[in-house]
Amino acid sequence: MPEITTREALRQTLREELQRDERVIIMGEDIGAYGGSYGVTRGFLEEFGEERVRDTPISESVVVGCGIGAAMGGLRPVVELMTINFSFLAFDQIINNASKLHYMSGGQINVPLVIRMASGGGSQLSSQHSHSLEGWYAHVPGLKVVVPSTPYDAKGLLKSALRDENAVIFVEHIALYSLKGEVPEEEYLIPFGQADVCRQGEDVTIVGYSGSVHQAIRAAGMLAEAEVEAEVINLRTLRPLDIDTVVGSVRKTGRAIVVEDDWRFGGFAGEIVSLIQEQAFDYLDAPVARVCGADVPMPYAKALEMAALPSEQQIVQAALAMR
Amino acid sequence: MMLVRRFEEKAAEMYARGRIGGFLHLYIGQEAVAVGAIACVGPEDYIVSHYRDHGHALARGVEPGPIMAELFGKSTGVSKGRGGSMHLFDVSKNFMGGYAIVGGHLPLACGLALASKHLRNGRIVLCFLGDGAVNQGEFHESLNLAGVWRLPVVFLCENNLYGMGTNVRRVSAEPEIYKRACAYNLPSEQADGMDVLAVRKAVQKAVQHVREGKGPYFLEAVTYRFRGHSMADPELYRSKEEVQQWKGRDPISRFQRELEERGILDKGTLEKLENEVEKTVREAQRFAEESPDPDLASLHQHVYKE
Repeated sequence: MPEITTREALRQTLREELQRDERVIIMGEDIGAYGGSYGVTRGFLEEFGEERVRDTPISESVVVGCGIGAAMGGLRPVVELMTINFSFLAFDQIINNASKLHYMSGGQINVPLVIRMASGGGSQLSSQHSHSLEGWYAHVPGLKVVVPSTPYDAKGLLKSALRDENAVIFVEHIALYSLKGEVPEEEYLIPFGQADVCRQGEDVTIVGYSGSVHQAIRAAGMLAEAEVEAEVINLRTLRPLDIDTVVGSVRKTGRAIVVEDDWRFGGFAGEIVSLIQEQAFDYLDAPVARVCGADVPMPYAKALEMAALPSEQQIVQAALAMR
Repeated sequence: MMLVRRFEEKAAEMYARGRIGGFLHLYIGQEAVAVGAIACVGPEDYIVSHYRDHGHALARGVEPGPIMAELFGKSTGVSKGRGGSMHLFDVSKNFMGGYAIVGGHLPLACGLALASKHLRNGRIVLCFLGDGAVNQGEFHESLNLAGVWRLPVVFLCENNLYGMGTNVRRVSAEPEIYKRACAYNLPSEQADGMDVLAVRKAVQKAVQHVREGKGPYFLEAVTYRFRGHSMADPELYRSKEEVQQWKGRDPISRFQRELEERGILDKGTLEKLENEVEKTVREAQRFAEESPDPDLASLHQHVYKE
């Protein structure tokens, strides 16, 4: 199997879908002539032309809203937002329109729209470019929230997103764009709501998604040296959520740690903890732990930023404290 | 126009009797705008509306029974009791919905227009908005995008002089709303929204411009709602004299007079029309009353399309 980066996996997927389906169009700030702020759509303008690869004004709200309307009108639009932090300018469109139209219209309208957005910290981009806010979208019925952690995930999940009949928030961690991994040459789709158990273990379950999966895997390696075998679960999608795989694992290990970059207070990790205690309370040997981002706006200084993000050391400490 | 007027009077009555919940925004006084404008587009064209949407739906030919049933929150409502007064939808009539976030529907109108342009299906979009929408960011973003992409959309602003209870002049640096479109290079015009023929004439011109592929068009119809913002409005912000003065320009009696003067309408025909309208509205009410409530087991239905 060829090894490619997440960026290339995303690019391949979009290109294949643009070739496969005339109704697919891509819109966003600087996705055409500039090639995309993270380079995902480089070369698309030349290949597919201005009608299908549309550079937009810096107007997140109308760009997303226009994507919703275009989906209502029979297209399969993909909107790229430079970062999830900018998506709040389009919050009204995403929450009040994209997520609700199918319901509000009694099932007459649906919104097959994919909104791609970069997320995550670690690049010294400070408070308005670095947060991981996907949990906010996972709160909303009517949306699907996809959080790939590998090039393989990225391709299979983006294919599914593009063929879904609903609005999909597709979150790309900025630290993963250049990550390499094996991706099959033949077409495959990864269904939503199926987590991946990427490491088997008997002693503790570590749940992560997007960037935090890699920290969980590294932490599991460190724990193995201390003779603690961790099971690592990559959620892949937050909504729909494959809680069955998580609960099944916790029933086996009796211990769980949830890792995410987002703020701890009121975050998605809390939801997972809650579901675990509802469905596996009698199996737990220790309180479920959370390793999350610090409750601060993301600082610029490198050392401060690192202190604000979850780390594999924190995961290891949490696991060892459960023994 | 008579149907819209009578339907709204009946809705007010049903609201007072507790049959309709939530907010109820009546279109009474503004009938000439919906009727004059929607007469200018074809059945394949899209209509996008705001929360004062009953008049647009009726003018579009959406069945009065299912509209009334929606206001009653019944399973037979146009939106199956999930939308209510502010969210009427009938996709079979290309009536793409009423929206209740002020200005939030303009981006959707742009998107529908983009889809039409992309699919080359010749459809245009007629998007109604209120004067309150013109100070929202989404208004400016939408006019700009429609302009730069030359989207086939007519934006029709119904300026009834008040955003809820706030006079346009108190919140708009440029209260002549149609002038704002020039910032985005859109041709724009103002029309008398109390005169159905004037509205039709203006919208015909706009529609022709858009159909010829010349890009979007902006219209302002100056109108007035005779009732409060919603049924809950004590109307402390405007005088009775002002309301009376505008009622003197009632679009329905004005058009009736005009038709009578031209010898097109006689008393007998008018009476016949009134009876027909009365019957239609009575039947709509009966349909709504006799329809079943939504099945509670359907609560989670339509959150996602499978």
